[in-house]
Amino acid sequence: MNIEARALSFRYRDHVALDRVSLALAPGEMIGLIGPNGAGKTTLARALAGLAPPSSGEVYYDDRPTREMDREIRARRVAYLAQSGGADWPLSVAAIVELGRLPHRRAFAAPDARDAAAVARALAAAELVELKDRPLRELSGGERARALLARALAVEADWLIADEPVAALDPLHQLRTMELLRTEAARGAGVVAVLHDLTLAVRFCDRLIVLSRGRVLADGRPSVLTPEVVAAAYGVEAYAGEHEGERFVLPWRVKG
Amino acid sequence: MTPGADKAHAGLLLALGFAAFAVALASLFVGYVHFDVFTAARDALAGRDSIEALALVQLRLPRAILGASIGFTLGLSGAAMQGLLRNPLADPGVIGVSGGAAFGAVAAFYTGLSAAFALALPLGGVAGAILSALALYGLAGRGAGTTTLILAGVAINSFTGALTSLALNLSPNPYAVFEIMFWLMGSLADRSLPQVALALPLMVVGWIAMLSSARALDALTLGEDTAESLGFDLRRLRWKLVAGSALAVGASVAVAGAIGFVGLVVPHLLRPWVGHRPGRLLLASGFGGALALVVADLGVRVLPLQPELKLGVLTALVGAPFLLALVFRARRDEP
Repeated sequence: MNIEARALSFRYRDHVALDRVSLALAPGEMIGLIGPNGAGKTTLARALAGLAPPSSGEVYYDDRPTREMDREIRARRVAYLAQSGGADWPLSVAAIVELGRLPHRRAFAAPDARDAAAVARALAAAELVELKDRPLRELSGGERARALLARALAVEADWLIADEPVAALDPLHQLRTMELLRTEAARGAGVVAVLHDLTLAVRFCDRLIVLSRGRVLADGRPSVLTPEVVAAAYGVEAYAGEHEGERFVLPWRVKG
Repeated sequence: MTPGADKAHAGLLLALGFAAFAVALASLFVGYVHFDVFTAARDALAGRDSIEALALVQLRLPRAILGASIGFTLGLSGAAMQGLLRNPLADPGVIGVSGGAAFGAVAAFYTGLSAAFALALPLGGVAGAILSALALYGLAGRGAGTTTLILAGVAINSFTGALTSLALNLSPNPYAVFEIMFWLMGSLADRSLPQVALALPLMVVGWIAMLSSARALDALTLGEDTAESLGFDLRRLRWKLVAGSALAVGASVAVAGAIGFVGLVVPHLLRPWVGHRPGRLLLASGFGGALALVVADLGVRVLPLQPELKLGVLTALVGAPFLLALVFRARRDEP
């Protein structure tokens, strides 16, 4: 399934969060959505997931407007991981992950073997098997973030749209999670991740979309993230280097 | 969830449901007049209008049915509201439906409609609950968040409370004021089968609306965006739960007055038993509420107090300290 945004705009009173953004996204790629705070990343991610009706423009799934799409079908095709999520009740990790199977279950039906298998896969992928019976609230911030990612993985949708999936993680789990997301993309899923770490974004993504003030500043292979683009988007001077044949970009100092 | 946990959940539901039914049945044997319940039942089934049969069918049976069904309503609505607002302190009273129902019934009484025909009182209560729910929906608007919903509920509660006081204030007849105030305290004494027949169907419609929201409430545990992404229509969910609780609680309050705290306490006690899942809590809280209210209503009949303690007074005396303890714990748990 392809996702396409056509002239997508979001306005909140006088504030323009997204300004006529047009994008075409294809599965099988790891797509990084980057940009400074307030650039419109979350707004765009929610719109791509079909969760927010735009002020104007439209998001299409395979040429069908999302607003015409059946909610349950959409829920099986696009998984969304919200930013800074939590659970309002102290459910166990396994129960949280199992919520990802809701789009596949009929009303009042108990989870079946396929659901159990998907939950087990998601728990294993996020390295949560030992923690599965613990209440989510008792976990550390990073463990909680992984549990919520596992919930999104358990949907086993065509697309995973994740808002800051690595923000709360330690370096080890940042790398593991980025690898996990890349594996998902390599398997043929579409992955869109909102990211703040430019080095991770450049190293792990197949495509980067740089947003600034509600517009697309740059879009393409990770090499589009040049120090000039970083300066224009974030207002910082960046250092671009290479290690073991891979490019990295480090924000270095506030632009003078 | 493992099959073992599913079985344990089914066992919990069965135990609560059976206990509620058994206590309701037992409550038929408790009252101020002593007679042989089995003879009365045989007479009633055979169509003989003996005094025992009349006492059973017209006094004790409505009281048992209303106790169980209103308890079910209060427990279920409490669990539904707590799930919707994602707040363990929420209760049908919070969203203003109870207050609206109370005012609706008082208005029916005040205008003399209830003197003209007996069912005006409960009908007024249902109308008040529905008007409150509509006002809530208008105030909170489409796609409103939790905070807006709670604030709108507070506003409606204050307003309907003020209107009820106004009616009492302006009442030319002091006896009417007494009667209203006693009714507002909440009781199941001296209710009739026609009242059951009016209230129960409305309650059942409300129950269905609330019970069918179980999956959506589970999804809502992870927040509104995640619930939407899992395919649930939150506007529809809010509407269903608000309208469902308005029907069920409105009918309850109209028949039995305001009985507080069951909707708050029962879901809270049962939550650990269902793995804290808001969807599973619904039916369990319904049965738990039925059990709790029938037991409480047995309590007011058994307690050696004259006049009989009002049911709403008893539930408040037990429930209010519980609410305080909850608030205290919530404060302590805050970072």
